[in-house]
Amino acid sequence: MPRLKPATLYGWLLFAPAGVMLTLFAFTPTVATFWQSLFSRGTARRPSRFVGLDNYEAMLADPVFWRVAGNSLWYALGTIPTSMAIALGMALWVNSKLPARTLVRMAYFTPTVLPMIAAANIWLFFYSPDIGLLDQVGRGLGLGGHNWLGDPSTALGAIIVVTVWKEAGFFMIFYLAALQTIPPDLKDAAAIEGAGRWTWFRRVVFPLLMPTTLFVLVNAMINSVKLIDHLFILTKGGPNNASKLLLYYVYESAFSFFDQPYAATLTVVILLTLGLLAVIQVRGLDRRIHYR
Amino acid sequence: MSRVLPTPGRVLEVGAAWLLALLWIAPLLYAFWAAFHPPAYVTRFELLAPLTLDNFVEAWSYAPFGRYFLNTFLLVTLILAGQFFFCTLAGYAFARFEFPGRDLLFALTLLQLFILPEVLIVENYRIMSGLGLIDSIAGIGLPYMASAFGIFLLRQAFKQVPRELEEAARVEGCGFLGVLLRVYVPVAKPVYLAYGLVSVSTHWNNFLWPLVVTNSVETRPLTVGLAIFGAPESGVNWAVISAATLMVVAPLLLAFLLFQRQFVQSFMTAGIK
Repeated sequence: MPRLKPATLYGWLLFAPAGVMLTLFAFTPTVATFWQSLFSRGTARRPSRFVGLDNYEAMLADPVFWRVAGNSLWYALGTIPTSMAIALGMALWVNSKLPARTLVRMAYFTPTVLPMIAAANIWLFFYSPDIGLLDQVGRGLGLGGHNWLGDPSTALGAIIVVTVWKEAGFFMIFYLAALQTIPPDLKDAAAIEGAGRWTWFRRVVFPLLMPTTLFVLVNAMINSVKLIDHLFILTKGGPNNASKLLLYYVYESAFSFFDQPYAATLTVVILLTLGLLAVIQVRGLDRRIHYR
Repeated sequence: MSRVLPTPGRVLEVGAAWLLALLWIAPLLYAFWAAFHPPAYVTRFELLAPLTLDNFVEAWSYAPFGRYFLNTFLLVTLILAGQFFFCTLAGYAFARFEFPGRDLLFALTLLQLFILPEVLIVENYRIMSGLGLIDSIAGIGLPYMASAFGIFLLRQAFKQVPRELEEAARVEGCGFLGVLLRVYVPVAKPVYLAYGLVSVSTHWNNFLWPLVVTNSVETRPLTVGLAIFGAPESGVNWAVISAATLMVVAPLLLAFLLFQRQFVQSFMTAGIK
């Protein structure tokens, strides 16, 4: 019998505690989600039974699902590019010789340390019709009041604004860290070549920031799936599902409608999306390693 | 002195940067305004509006915030301790031991960077009820303890420790756990600090999973308590909600203002590695 090498034994022993936790709370629930999505909803009279892909059929026939999927897509499209662009702008400013730079950086970053729930409480007041701050300012400018969160055409937009505000400062940090690694002589060299600021940014800074941009992009995509806390305060997905996002719908299906199999089916959609992101990230990381 | 006058473009740019900063901090400043003035001044901005602490007193008496604070404190401490334990051991295994299946296990671990506990609320709820941990602080914390992020971070840190340091400790008679505690952990102190700050601020603010898994005052963290408190149907006025909101964010905000540099550095380190 071959003897177990010490490195093997220690390696396994050291990984085991974390391995048990990951198995219990990450791997098992992931697999169980797929499995659960193949069963019917159990009731007191009829226990849950295997139904194959019926839940998926029901999902594809569910108009709320399509509404929610569309919302999630718009949410991603509305939050990701905007917050990344603002983050980059913030980082460039904070990295330059700006008067009161520390104060400005603090202002940009502060929303990151606030809980989304607290942020939503404050924003709720901004948005409330008539008495809210937004309407008060609008009235000062001669505009009429508007129910930002109660109007299906503005509810999702209002949610997106809060997310962008919350996230931009967080992403700024990563850009800032990357900017600080750009050697100063590079800038001198560019200046000697007569490169203007725009050329410098477009030809040197932006390409050097590509790995960071990819990293931030993937993070922003993950966040656009999971950042739904403010929905609980601001709209609860309403009005009429206008601002409902996928993960919120999962929560609602499981814990308000008590339809666990349907919640699992919706979760599978999220898992597949995240899996796709993982593949993109791994590909990108590969390229990054070659790049160095 | 021969200071060059700033160009109009530069002035405009500085103005824009400042305006954005003002815009970004305005919601918080507004919360301060509403919380420290009588409810009548919620939308009346007068320089000489009387200051008051009544809103805080009222918020504190409406809901068991003391208990919520305790719960959150216990929660973040428990999570941090668990994360340090599990991630240190696993990070050490991945950094320094050659064992069959290592690369596969590492890849599986990293999957958790994408498949977050938030997404698995439905099945995790089922598992927690199987374990009898619904409505317990351990139940909130357990899914976050073996964090892929922490394992990855510590593995990177441990990998940078020179082998000679380890060999010196071995010569002095340290076993593989002794080496971990005497050599690796001390060297990785800045990483622990960074990870700790990120972890505490994440879990101080976390909401969805705690909401799902708790249903009593004895376990609810601050965020969940605040959400119930601030619900429009609770009929509490804006000034009081603002005061409660500020109470909830105060410890973290204060820590951030005092240790701004460490915070920013921590988020940077944690993000880049």
